[in-house]
Amino acid sequence: MSARPLALSSRIPQGFAHAGLLWPSLGVILVFMVAPIAIMLTYSFLVPGAYGGVEWTFSTAAYEQILFERDFLDDSLTFTPDYLIIVARSLIQATVATLLCLVISVPTAYYIATRSDRVKNIWLFLITIPYWVNLLIRTIALLFVLRDDGPINSALLDVGVIGQPLALSYNGFAISLGLIYSFLPFMVLPLYSAFERFDFRLLEAAYDLYASRRVAFFRIVLPVMRPGLIAGSLLVFIPSVGSYLAPDILGGGKTLMIGNLIGTQFQAARNWPFGAALSMILLTITLIVLLWLARRAAQQQRSN
Amino acid sequence: MQRAIIEPNPTPPADSKAASPSKPGSLLQHPNSVAAEVRNLRKIYNVGSPQAHEALKDVNLSIRANEFFTLLGPSGCGKTTLLRILGGFEMLTSGTCRIFGEDVSRLPPEARPVNTVFQQYALFPHMTVRRNIAFGLEMLGKPKAEVERTVERMLDLVHMREYADRRPDTMSGGQRQRVALARALAPQPKLLLLDEPLSALDLKLRQKMRLELKSLQRETGITFIFVTHDQEEALAMSDRVAVISNGHLQQVGTPEDIYEQPQSRFVADFIGESNLIEAKVADSAGSEAAFDIEGFGQVQAPIGQRVEVGQQVWLSIRPERLVLGAVHREGPQATVTDRTYLGNAVEYHLRAGKHALTARSPRGGLRGRQDFAPGDAVSLGFEPGSIKVLLS
Amino acid sequence: MSTARLRDLRVFPGFGLLSVGCVVFLYAPIVVLAIYSFNDGRSVTRWAGFSLRWYQTVFANQNIQTAAMNSVVIAVIAASVATVFALGAAIATVNGKKGGGEGAYVVLTFPLMVPEIVTAVASLVFFVAVGISLGFATILIAHIVFCIPFAYLPIKARLESMDATLPSAAADLYASPAKGFLRITLPLLVPGLVSGWLLAFIISLDDFIITALVAGPGATTLPLHIYGMLRLGMTPEVNAISTLMLAASTVLVLISGLLGQAGRKH
Repeated sequence: MSARPLALSSRIPQGFAHAGLLWPSLGVILVFMVAPIAIMLTYSFLVPGAYGGVEWTFSTAAYEQILFERDFLDDSLTFTPDYLIIVARSLIQATVATLLCLVISVPTAYYIATRSDRVKNIWLFLITIPYWVNLLIRTIALLFVLRDDGPINSALLDVGVIGQPLALSYNGFAISLGLIYSFLPFMVLPLYSAFERFDFRLLEAAYDLYASRRVAFFRIVLPVMRPGLIAGSLLVFIPSVGSYLAPDILGGGKTLMIGNLIGTQFQAARNWPFGAALSMILLTITLIVLLWLARRAAQQQRSN
Repeated sequence: MQRAIIEPNPTPPADSKAASPSKPGSLLQHPNSVAAEVRNLRKIYNVGSPQAHEALKDVNLSIRANEFFTLLGPSGCGKTTLLRILGGFEMLTSGTCRIFGEDVSRLPPEARPVNTVFQQYALFPHMTVRRNIAFGLEMLGKPKAEVERTVERMLDLVHMREYADRRPDTMSGGQRQRVALARALAPQPKLLLLDEPLSALDLKLRQKMRLELKSLQRETGITFIFVTHDQEEALAMSDRVAVISNGHLQQVGTPEDIYEQPQSRFVADFIGESNLIEAKVADSAGSEAAFDIEGFGQVQAPIGQRVEVGQQVWLSIRPERLVLGAVHREGPQATVTDRTYLGNAVEYHLRAGKHALTARSPRGGLRGRQDFAPGDAVSLGFEPGSIKVLLS
Repeated sequence: MSTARLRDLRVFPGFGLLSVGCVVFLYAPIVVLAIYSFNDGRSVTRWAGFSLRWYQTVFANQNIQTAAMNSVVIAVIAASVATVFALGAAIATVNGKKGGGEGAYVVLTFPLMVPEIVTAVASLVFFVAVGISLGFATILIAHIVFCIPFAYLPIKARLESMDATLPSAAADLYASPAKGFLRITLPLLVPGLVSGWLLAFIISLDDFIITALVAGPGATTLPLHIYGMLRLGMTPEVNAISTLMLAASTVLVLISGLLGQAGRKH
């Protein structure tokens, strides 16, 4: 028979062609992303080399260092909360940023979703641009307005409301604001698409059953929106915890978060195992949160 | 209506491929030759896995050249699988599949002299109507001039000339349907497969397209294999119908055969409506037999096969062939439980012993026919030859 | 309700005002930054008249030009390679859902799940461990890796929204698998390819932290250069170069938005 067998046709991708298409991407990610993280995991159980790098001696010192300080002379461990405070600060900053983003985004996303199609597109476009604009530039812009001699302080000084510049930059407040400013669009966009799918007849039913606007919003709209709220919160929380630029630029290097602490270990401090251990902790936090979300999503799907 | 006619002796599309022994030109002279034939065809999805599912169970079928053949059955019965195997989109598990004598069981779709009208049409959205119709001819490597000529003829054939340079997404369902037909007919296939092509259209358009499809088939002389779950569609258009249920071929025959002479309870029930009544053979003599129906009495009916006294059978009676009358004589009786006005007919729901029956009389109460109300007792009469005896 | 006035049932009072506030909050800093880039004066605070002098300074700066050139070259190569790889992966994962599709999807989107700083230090450690010297090549490799999921997701979405019977229809009309792909599938994938490429391009152009760690001493990109300038203090040049990058990002987002709309009309 002259013709080719059916198995070669386009609809049934043969194992060979399938692998040829898939493996360039998989290979690149496995080699340059997954393998490096495996190396990091290994390094986190080694000891730092004298001039950077590592020495191949097994040790859990890198993890102990997060909680304890080892005395040079007698090798005794004393509890030091310094690093723990940085981890806690990262979690608190990220939580605060997430909550404030929620408060701003819920009404905004709802408002956009209830506009007419044309107006909606303009609003969406306005939110999308900052989403894609360079994060470094946006952080610099925020620093520019918050500085002691920035436009806000200058204006307030000129009017005479204040005698001295307000300390708006280089502190925890600036970091919080920076995180919100950085990741606010990450919250608005998924919430918007959740509100888009909202069945507004539910609202009519609530009013029909004598609910007030406030009750209808908090008892009907928000509970139905829960999956969207959770997804948006994670999209803000995860990058916030590991954020580097906002604390680096707006915190003025004083109030560190875990991202900066990791960066420092590979730059100035040259303690790779400690940096690797911190990275593993950050990665674990992130993956736990993501896994939790994935399981919730799966449950949601099953119950529907 | 004047229509462009496809040349009676077209060049078969498969000429460009090595394997194509028969030419449509020769088969027009032998209208009884076999267009498609499947033998012992089985299709099992997910072979060897726990979700294995046998979609076709040992199907044998011959489709004659130039006929309008319909595969009819409820959704999930295997009719679309059979069509997809003929088209080459699905691999058969065992058995053979021949098209004009050639074994195509292992050929990919592009090597089969067969074209398909897909259920949702599958028109290429980035191409104009003209380019869609030309696609198959271009793939066959036809000369430009011939492609142009055929496309023009196809545009006329389906009355889409004025839409030739539009894209499919700007057109209505009926228009897309015509383009899909023209695209599939353009390469002059030996077999045209149609996968529920009318299901996406509204009722009025569907009825119109039925007539158009039928006359298109007659004009082109191409064998059409049509898949549908709509029995009315099947009866209206087909030369022959194959009724499929649960992967089994139930019955093959002309629309009249299928409707008037159902050979199984499934066919009697699926094609039109039937009252199916369980009965026992009381007496059998030659081509007639008497049947006992519990709580009902005895009825006479002609039989096609031998039956034994005491054998369990089913009797099938169409609602329109059940005649109701006033109770004035011996014989089966029933009570009217409900009356439904249907416009052109009246339907009566009846109870006779443990049996629930349906009778339909055209424009009840008029033209001398008596009308009945719920609660009325009626006598049941059967038109001669209206009772079919079914053994399975 | 005490008032008999019938209002739009969907309206919640105050939401519109908050939305306006949200947009103002997002835009005010970048607009102010852009305005002050036109300030004729060394001081970045006091307005001293309109001037383009800082842009002239930026355009005259050889280092900025080199950095910008590097950024663009890296972004173009990284986006292109990532798009080609992602196209293959999308076709493989969408067609062959049955075998290990879940696993492939997790790996392909893995770079999105790892915090950027962790990716950055892990890449650095990896390159040092296997002995690849840091520079242009390591930046490029790192960019290709994190660009793949951004290119993959739009292509996959486009492929999934495509009528799955179209390749069958092409085969039915005598197209070989290769011809069917070139004539039917590929043209229909173009909007997905374009938006995937653009996303990858923007992401590559924007990246700071990963680039900063794997760049090594020699190579630099525009964000790295700006960050370096910032270490010397907030200068009007920073404003000018930032404004230029803002404009570039905005134009890219505009293009991808318009292309997306054109694609949807199809």
